[in-house]
Amino acid sequence: MSAGVGVNLENLWIRFGDFVAVRDANVNINGGDFFSFLGPSGCGKTTILRAVSGFLEPSEGNVLIGGNNMKGIGPNKRPTALIFQNLALFPLMKVWENITFSMEIKGASAKERRKRADELLDMIALTGQGDKLPAELSGGQKQRVAIARALCAEPDVLLLDEPLSALDLKLRQHMRSELREIQKRVGITFIYITHDQGEALTMSDNVAVMRAGVIDQIGDGKTIYNDPSTAFAASFVGENNVFRGTVKKVIGNEVMINTNRSGDLMARISSNNVGKMKEGDDAMLFIRPEAFSLAPLGTQGDHFVTAEVHKEEFEGNVFNIFMEGEGGKEMKVSLPNLGQSFESHRGEPMTLEYDVHNAVALPAGVLATE
Amino acid sequence: MKNFSLMRISIWVYLALFFAYLLGPLVIMSVTAFNSPGFPRAAPWECLTFEWFSALFQDERILNGIKNSVLVGIGTVILSVAMGLAGALMLTQIWPKLRATYYTIIIAPILVPGVVIGISTLVFWDRVNRMLGLDADSFLSSGLFLTVIGQSTFIASYCMLVLVARLQRYDNALTEAALDLGASHAQTFRKVLLPFMRPAIASAAVLAFLASFENYNTTTFTFGEYPTLTIELAQKVRYGITPAISALAFIIVLLTVFAALFNEAKIRRQELVAAARKTATVEELETGKLRLPGFLSSNTAAVLLVVVAMATIAVVGTATVYSPAQCIADVKETKRLETELRIQELLQRRADEAARRAAEEGEQSDQAPATDATPKPSNDSGFGNVFNPGTLQDGGTETPEEEPENSGSGGVFDPGNLQSN
Repeated sequence: MSAGVGVNLENLWIRFGDFVAVRDANVNINGGDFFSFLGPSGCGKTTILRAVSGFLEPSEGNVLIGGNNMKGIGPNKRPTALIFQNLALFPLMKVWENITFSMEIKGASAKERRKRADELLDMIALTGQGDKLPAELSGGQKQRVAIARALCAEPDVLLLDEPLSALDLKLRQHMRSELREIQKRVGITFIYITHDQGEALTMSDNVAVMRAGVIDQIGDGKTIYNDPSTAFAASFVGENNVFRGTVKKVIGNEVMINTNRSGDLMARISSNNVGKMKEGDDAMLFIRPEAFSLAPLGTQGDHFVTAEVHKEEFEGNVFNIFMEGEGGKEMKVSLPNLGQSFESHRGEPMTLEYDVHNAVALPAGVLATE
Repeated sequence: MKNFSLMRISIWVYLALFFAYLLGPLVIMSVTAFNSPGFPRAAPWECLTFEWFSALFQDERILNGIKNSVLVGIGTVILSVAMGLAGALMLTQIWPKLRATYYTIIIAPILVPGVVIGISTLVFWDRVNRMLGLDADSFLSSGLFLTVIGQSTFIASYCMLVLVARLQRYDNALTEAALDLGASHAQTFRKVLLPFMRPAIASAAVLAFLASFENYNTTTFTFGEYPTLTIELAQKVRYGITPAISALAFIIVLLTVFAALFNEAKIRRQELVAAARKTATVEELETGKLRLPGFLSSNTAAVLLVVVAMATIAVVGTATVYSPAQCIADVKETKRLETELRIQELLQRRADEAARRAAEEGEQSDQAPATDATPKPSNDSGFGNVFNPGTLQDGGTETPEEEPENSGSGGVFDPGNLQSN
């Protein structure tokens, strides 16, 4: 597998009038990586993609592809191919003409094009469907044709703008693994835009979490999930329970937080914030639903939480228990299904225990609203 | 229930009236093209004739007019569609704040009376011509050029409206996709945008051609030495019309019917093909063994098209061998006999009168001779009684000339009128 061509964003600013869409983005994407930009809609991730593909000139900063500055180079001259959110298949061309459009404009013969189209159709498991029109294909098939069309241009970097958002859940999950598979096979750099953290985590080598034009954190899926560096990243990626409070004591990499409703709790400081949290600072403590386990009722301590049970949900492998949480919000706890029942606990208090290592302390910040 | 059926009946009556209003004149006019009298009329039916068609094809001025109209039409189509497309593209690209203003400006020529456009075109290009120091017979003052320019001024706006409607459905991501795949802007325009616009361009071209073909009020100022068909027709009508013009109109109606049916058949066929493709299996598509529906199957318009085409061929075939000479001669003979009969009647009456007068004169010889002013028998030609031989007071024995038609003078020259005062 070739190393592929890397993409670097250096101090990238993009403004639309007074509105700052992207604020000082610095990203290094390694060649051959599957890299995702993850963020809620309107956070500027599509803007970054358009800057990489060349449809948008950055207000400041540079886009480098394979080490070359792309300033002033139009989208048709960049080694990128973009898969549009709505796919943008040419409605009047047959599938094979769509796929080989990039060859047509270079003047390749119809025979050559047909041959290449057939190869690509085999690859995307649409053998023999080349003579159909895009309108005659299903959503997933169109998706694959769009990918084939982009790959036919032999780009160094493939850019994908939420290409799966229009598909139904089943197909989306299927396409996820398929995309990953294709990326491994062709070995080129994929830059993927999504607001779906599941997509980002399952497919990507690395993920950049974005909020309001700012990149909060870059790292692989595990790091982002287990060791978020901002409150936003912690709350946006996966489910999380937040405890607000103030820092009471810092002990090495751990911190004791005086939470508003559960007393003093211990937590690990996220690696990017070690040394940045001081006594008296506003802080947030995040514990994942699955990090809790049941403890004897009424146990006191710095890693025990007691709260009233509101309702429970049976999900097969786990019980989801919703407890009285902070500020009217519910706290979610997922306990493995070991044959027990929690029905009798409804309206009763319950005590839960967590491993201090699984609780993350972060400086107080904006949460993802969901 | 009763109400319902009443409602139905009134709807049918309304439809019948509506279509009679819409198509009646065309039908009547088409009939006149085949009737033998020299003035276009549907009744009374005299003889089936095709002579007006041959008269039409021998009329140099009409043929020249058609030729000029087609030339002007082609020029106008090219110019208006190009300008309309440019205008439409501009409208979608322009700064949103300017869009409303721009739209108003570009649509304005439609609202300006054609006469004004005609005059201003003439004056403007004459000025330009003079400024460039060209002769009066230069290209810029040629009727062909001026007419095309003049008509395109407002026809381009029509084209733009048609094109904008389609362009609004265009997904700009397609342009971006093409650019992204390495196409230049020109390639994107040619390979992505133009194919998408093709149906609208075709509609706009047809619209432009028809608008150009039927235009009179702008052309009347600009035609110069290239009179178009409408100009020629208008000039002809001034000196009285013949059924040859009906024949021309009939041909135009027939061509329209053909075009409409053809278009309809094509659309229907595309639908059928799309339906067939949808149900086709991959193997069928791949091997090209997909059986597409036949051109005529479940396609009413196609069937009608073929029927009309065959009918036309049959009629043209008949026309080449058919000769109405005998019939015309018969009609002539009948008319002659009728006329003679009337003359006889008249003579008889006059003789009676003369006899009576002679008798009266015998009684009162000092009374001045007065001409009788009894109503004359009508020959129901619609032209007063000008050519009624009976109105010719003197020489009643002469057989008057045939062809009582072709005069719009009403009864002005009726000698009887002179005598009443």
